[in-house]
Amino acid sequence: MLKLEQRPTPSKYWSVASPVMSLFITVIIGACLFILLDKDPVKGLLVFFWEPLKSGYAISELMVKAIPLLIIATGLSVCFRSNVWNIGAEGQFVLGAICASGVALLAEKGASSWILVPIILSGILGGMIWAGVTALLKDRFNTSEILVSLMLVYVAIMLLNFLVYGPWKDPNGYNFPQTKTFDAATQIPRLFKGSRVNVGIFAALAGSLSLWIFLFKTKMGFALRVGGLAPNAARYAGFSPSKALWAALLTSGGASGLAGALEVVGPVGQLTPFIPVGYGFAAIIVAFVGRLHPIGMVFSSLLMSMLYIGGELAQSRLGLPKSLTGVFQGLLLFTLLACDVFIAHKIKYKTPFTPLSQPRP
Amino acid sequence: MDTYALLIASTLNAGTVLAIASLGLLVNERVGIVNLGAEGMMLCAAIAGFATTVHTGSDVLGFLAGAGSGALMALIFGLLVIYLNTNQYATGLALSLFGAGFSAFVGVNYVQAKLEDRMHYGVPGLEDIPLIGPAFFQQHPLVYGTIIFAVILVFFFNKTKAGLIVRSVGESPESAHALGYKVRTIRLWAVIAGGALCGLSGAYISIVYTPLWVEGMVAGKGWIALALTTFATWRPMRVLLGAYLFGGVTMLQFHLQSIGIDVASQLLSMLPYLATIVVLALISRNPLWIRVNMPASIGKPFYPGN
Repeated sequence: MLKLEQRPTPSKYWSVASPVMSLFITVIIGACLFILLDKDPVKGLLVFFWEPLKSGYAISELMVKAIPLLIIATGLSVCFRSNVWNIGAEGQFVLGAICASGVALLAEKGASSWILVPIILSGILGGMIWAGVTALLKDRFNTSEILVSLMLVYVAIMLLNFLVYGPWKDPNGYNFPQTKTFDAATQIPRLFKGSRVNVGIFAALAGSLSLWIFLFKTKMGFALRVGGLAPNAARYAGFSPSKALWAALLTSGGASGLAGALEVVGPVGQLTPFIPVGYGFAAIIVAFVGRLHPIGMVFSSLLMSMLYIGGELAQSRLGLPKSLTGVFQGLLLFTLLACDVFIAHKIKYKTPFTPLSQPRP
Repeated sequence: MDTYALLIASTLNAGTVLAIASLGLLVNERVGIVNLGAEGMMLCAAIAGFATTVHTGSDVLGFLAGAGSGALMALIFGLLVIYLNTNQYATGLALSLFGAGFSAFVGVNYVQAKLEDRMHYGVPGLEDIPLIGPAFFQQHPLVYGTIIFAVILVFFFNKTKAGLIVRSVGESPESAHALGYKVRTIRLWAVIAGGALCGLSGAYISIVYTPLWVEGMVAGKGWIALALTTFATWRPMRVLLGAYLFGGVTMLQFHLQSIGIDVASQLLSMLPYLATIVVLALISRNPLWIRVNMPASIGKPFYPGN
C-alpha cells in the first residue's frame, strides 16, 4: 500500500522539481483540453509555449507583461514569507495606476521629463496607502487581511470606473470611458525603438536584487527566511510583529503601486477601465511558482507572461476564448500545491503489516 | 409604500444568495477548514447551473448541476487540504483563481443565452395580502428553504449527536481522533457539503437572482459570504441575519438611485464591499469574542498518528 511519510527535513531537490513537474502536468492537462475542444493539441501548445519566444519582437512583448508581474510578485513574496496573506495586490496596482494618472494629467504641454519622478512616486504612494488600510485594520483590530485586501480590490476598481466615467473622462474622447492620452513628456523612456519594453525592466530587476540582498545578506532577512512572522524570530531580529506586518504590507503595496504607475505611463499611456487585467492575482501564482525566491520569480514571471500572451494568441489564431489564460494559471497553482507535497513527504510502499505471532493455518 | 415592499423583497432575494453560501462555509469552518475557494466554486456553479437550465429548461436540474459542480471542486480542495495537508489558504486561493478562469472560459458561448420565461412564485393565500404579500410571500422557494435550513443547522449542531461530533472535530481533532472518530472523513464530507451549498448559491445567482451569465458575475459574493461566517461568530441564525443585512446594503444602492440621490453609481456600488470591511473591523475588534466562538482548530492541518 502506498503511504505518505514525513521527511526529517524538507527536500531541497523537490522544492525546485515541484514547479517543473507542475508545469509538465499543466501542459498535459492543457493538451487534453485542446483535444476536447477539437483543436490540434500540438498547435495549441505551440501558441502558448513557443510563439511568445519566436522572434525578438515576441520576446520584447513577453517582457512587457513580465515586468509588472515580477515587480508585484517581488513585493508579495515579502508578505507571504512573513505569513501576511495580502491577496489584494490587484487593488494596490489599480490605486498606483490611478494616483500616477492623477499627476500625469496635470502635466502641461512641453513639461520636462522630470515630471516622471512625482508620477512614479505618487503611484508607489497610492499602492502603499491602499495596503496601509489593510495593515491598519489588521494591526489595530486584528481584522483578516485576506478579506480586507480582497474587498479593497473591488473598491479600487469601482473608484477607477468612477473616475474614467466621470470627472477624468476625456472631453474630446467621443464619450469613451477613458482619460486623455498623457502628454509625451510623461512617457517613460523605452529601451529600444520598435518595442514596448521600457526602463521599468531595470526597476523590476533592481527589485529582485534588493530582495536577494535583503533575504540573504541581512539579519532581518535571515529571520524572515527562518521564522516568518513567528513572534520569537521577529523579536530575535529586533522588530515587533506589528512592525513586520506594516513593513510587509507597505513593501508589497508600494511594489504593486509602482507596477500600476509604470503600466499607465508605459505601455498604455492613459487611464482606461481595462487597466486591471489580473496582474495582481497572477503575481500571487508567480510568487508561489517562483518559490518566493528572487531568482525563481524572474523565471516564473516570464512563464506567467507566456500564459497571458498565449491566451491572446489562442483567441486570434485558434478562435479560443482568451480566458484560457486564467484556466492555465489556476491549474498551475493547483498542481504546484499538490506537487509540493513531495517537499515535506515521501511516498513509501508499505506491505500490509502481519504480526509474526499470527497463528498459521 | 410599494417601493419599500419591493426593497424588502429584493433584500430577501439578495440575502438568500449570501446566506446559502455562507451557511455552507459555516459547515466547513465548524470542522476547522477554511475554504477561500468559495468565489471560484460559485462562479463555476453559476455557469454550470445556467447552461444546464438553458439546455434542459429545468431550474431544478440547474440547481443540481450547480450544487454538483461546487461539491466536485470542494472534493478536490478537500483531498488536497485534508489528505495531503497543503496550505488551506493557498489551496483555496488556487480554487478561486481557477474557478474564475474556467467559468469565463466555459461561459463564452452562453453570454447571449437567455432562460425561458421565468415562473412567478408565491405562497398561496399569503401572497395577495397588500404590502406584506409582495414583500415577503412572492419569493423563490429556496428563500424559504434557506431559512428552514438555518433552523435545521441550529438543531443539528446543538441537539444531535452527529452535530456534537462534527463540532468536536473542529474544536479538537486530536480528541475526536482519540475517541475513534474518523476526523479526516468527517472533514472531507463537511467540505463537500460546503462546496455543494456554495454551488447551490452560485446557481441561484445565475438562474433566479439575475437570470443570465456574465463573466465574473458573482462579483465578490463568495468573499462576502466568507466574511459573514466571522461576522456571525459561526452561528447559523446570525449568518442568516447578516446575509439579509448585506442583501439590504446591496439593494440600498439601487434604492438610493431610484429615489434620485445624486451620487455616481460606481461609488454606490462600493457600499457592500466597504460595509464588509467596516463590519469585519468592528467584530474582530474584540479578540476574546472571536476566540471564544471560533472553532479552535480552524486553518490548522490535522495529522492522525499511526
